[in-house]
Amino acid sequence: MSQLRQIAFYGKGGIGKSTTSQNTLAALVELGQRILIVGCDPKADSTRLILNAKAQSTVLHLAAEMGSVEDLELEDVMRTGYKGIQCVESGGPEPGVGCAGRGVITAINFLEENGAYEDVDYVCYDVLGDVVCGGFAMPIRENKAQEIYIVMSGEMMALYAANNISKGILKYANSGGVRLGGLICNERQTDREVELAEALAAKLGSKLIHFVPRDNVVQHAELRRMTVLQYAPESQQAAEYRTLAEKIHANSGQGVIPTPITMEELEQMLMEFGIMQSEEDRLKSLAEADAALAAAAEKVPA
Amino acid sequence: MDLDQEHDWAAVNEALIADILEAYPPKAKKNRAKHLGVAQPAPDEAETGETAGSRCDMLKSNVRSVPGVMTIRGCAYAGSKGVVWGPIKDTVHISHGPVGCGHYSWGQRRNYYTGTTGVDSFVTMQFTTDFQEKDIVFGGDKKLATTIDEITALFPLAQGVSIQSECPIGLIGDDIEAVARKKKEETGKPVIPVRCEGFRGVSQSLGHHIANDAIRDWVLEKGDAPEGGVEPGPYAVNVLGDYNIGGDAWASRMLLEEMGLEVVGNWSGDATLAEVARAPKAKLNLIHCYRSMNYICRYMEEKHGIPWMEYNFFGPSQIAASLRAIAQRFDETIQANAEKVIARYQPLVDRVVAKYRPRLEGKSVMLYVGGLRPRHVVTAYEDLGMVIAGTGYEFGHGDDYKRTGAHVQPGTLIYDDVTGYELEKFIERLRPDLVGSGIKEKYPVQKMGIPFRQMHSWDYSGPYHGYDGFAVFARDMDLAINNPVWDLFKAPWAREEPSTSNAA
Repeated sequence: MSQLRQIAFYGKGGIGKSTTSQNTLAALVELGQRILIVGCDPKADSTRLILNAKAQSTVLHLAAEMGSVEDLELEDVMRTGYKGIQCVESGGPEPGVGCAGRGVITAINFLEENGAYEDVDYVCYDVLGDVVCGGFAMPIRENKAQEIYIVMSGEMMALYAANNISKGILKYANSGGVRLGGLICNERQTDREVELAEALAAKLGSKLIHFVPRDNVVQHAELRRMTVLQYAPESQQAAEYRTLAEKIHANSGQGVIPTPITMEELEQMLMEFGIMQSEEDRLKSLAEADAALAAAAEKVPA
Repeated sequence: MDLDQEHDWAAVNEALIADILEAYPPKAKKNRAKHLGVAQPAPDEAETGETAGSRCDMLKSNVRSVPGVMTIRGCAYAGSKGVVWGPIKDTVHISHGPVGCGHYSWGQRRNYYTGTTGVDSFVTMQFTTDFQEKDIVFGGDKKLATTIDEITALFPLAQGVSIQSECPIGLIGDDIEAVARKKKEETGKPVIPVRCEGFRGVSQSLGHHIANDAIRDWVLEKGDAPEGGVEPGPYAVNVLGDYNIGGDAWASRMLLEEMGLEVVGNWSGDATLAEVARAPKAKLNLIHCYRSMNYICRYMEEKHGIPWMEYNFFGPSQIAASLRAIAQRFDETIQANAEKVIARYQPLVDRVVAKYRPRLEGKSVMLYVGGLRPRHVVTAYEDLGMVIAGTGYEFGHGDDYKRTGAHVQPGTLIYDDVTGYELEKFIERLRPDLVGSGIKEKYPVQKMGIPFRQMHSWDYSGPYHGYDGFAVFARDMDLAINNPVWDLFKAPWAREEPSTSNAA
């Protein structure tokens, strides 16, 4: 058995982390890898495409039903999906009550203690969009995930989130062994998207692992609770995910300690790419608009 | 300890502080230096007309303790559940959260009460929602609701429920107010949520404030609690900040009633929820523990126009002064009654002083207590001829240090939020004849060969308030200081000379 690799997907909410990770893992399983997915999101939708159904029994709901997490057995929560991929969802409270972060910690500790990580090559954590508290940083703390892949796009807030997640990785990189594996850009068809993604990756001291083009087949597959690999294995998009899977597989041990940039640097970068106006430009255009208005106003009485 | 007048105690104490601060790293030293000092001569002694007085308000207080030191402070939960709410006897107080906070505060302070425990009174009982991991993850509101249902079924004579929040409640954002409103509807009894999570504030002091605010918002303003059918007359007063430690409130109430006043509420020792609810109908609020209940006094003054005044029932000179000051707020009958009460107890006072003063004269005492007693008990010791060598507050604020000046002599050592190390060194170097502090300090001090009395709980004794309390107080101090055991402190072969009757 090869060395266990633990990876995690992070990124802005709604960027397509779960979709990208499940498609990539479905491709990775074709390479003969044994995979365990740990969904770290109270919504429990990180394994839907692999299981072809929404997970019904999460670690925390079962633990609550039975009294405590100590009463649980691993078999109660493990589900086998597409091509033998093992799936677990941590689950958590409904929005607005309790502490979902503590739930993630509880669930991951339970899985480790009960040997869920034995006999697999990959453990993959899929974490909810915003790392809002310590609980959601669990996979990057305490030597859980070794490589973090940040799913992002050319949109400002996605870039901002990617930089913030890098800060989180940096915080734990020296105490634990966590590294930034690289960026995965999910195409949103913004201006100069590949260049921007590559530029941010360079700033972070990392690389753009893969640029995943936009394709409606993903949507079709998702509606049928399937990965593209299962729904349209011969499609161009399936090939893209296979390439991404191969790149991640080959990326073992090549993660870096990221060098996150300040908000000012990030804004400067966006200006260089013409996505954001500089303050001077903005004032200039405002002044021009004012002047035009004033000119128009002057003309009226004349 | 030699209290020879020739000694310049101010200089001795200043040097002592400087020496003790040397052990700290620079940052901690700078911080702690602001909390240690020596009482200064009062600048306007002639103007105020105070015969004794000093200035102690230069000390910094009510700020965060230095990390790493052994502080003696408590938390906000301790201030609310342990001090303000816990003694209200006919209300069940739920420690909402994991079991530890409730378990270790089980039994309460020595808040005496009448009633049948488990039937109509619940002070010494312990109620908790006993959080498990799933309650943290999924929220504890459901369990809280169940707990209130069980209390309602098991204890039909309970007049209400208070929810005392432990730390995790604030962290997971449990909506205890929603549960309180719902359960109040269902049970018809007041349910009071208190946001006294332990991590809030720098000491138990914020817990007192939060508890006061909860009384204001959920008892007085809502008017939910029945007031017990009492229609207060023209001499109605409330006693606030007397927690009936060892029966203190009873010894105090007696005197007020003897002078013709009607005590309609005592907060919160031996209190019922109805007493709390009807408080705004009184004519005057008398406050003993200023630190823990001044907030609600100010509120009642503003909202209901009830004046309030501080008083002190420790030791005969302060009792007499307080009785006269209270009587001044009423008519001549009450004023005449006050004089009668003072005269009636004078023979008792004389006997106590005649018996104990010769045994205690000139003995020195160091105090380290909570938020009131570091200044309030000073005169009781002085009535017995004793001298205060040092005093300080765990959680006093600036206004407490301002008030301290009236009670202590210039040159007295003053310490705020004193650390375990500092207190130990102060005691070691000054070697007073008595130390008065809490249970955590008791045994180390006694092992140093110095008599000790617990001044939070009256060391399983009491009351210490009122004239009756003074007799008990004098006896207890004598028992501690003149206990023959101190003669045996040194092994026979280690004694340099035959010991005297007093170890001091």
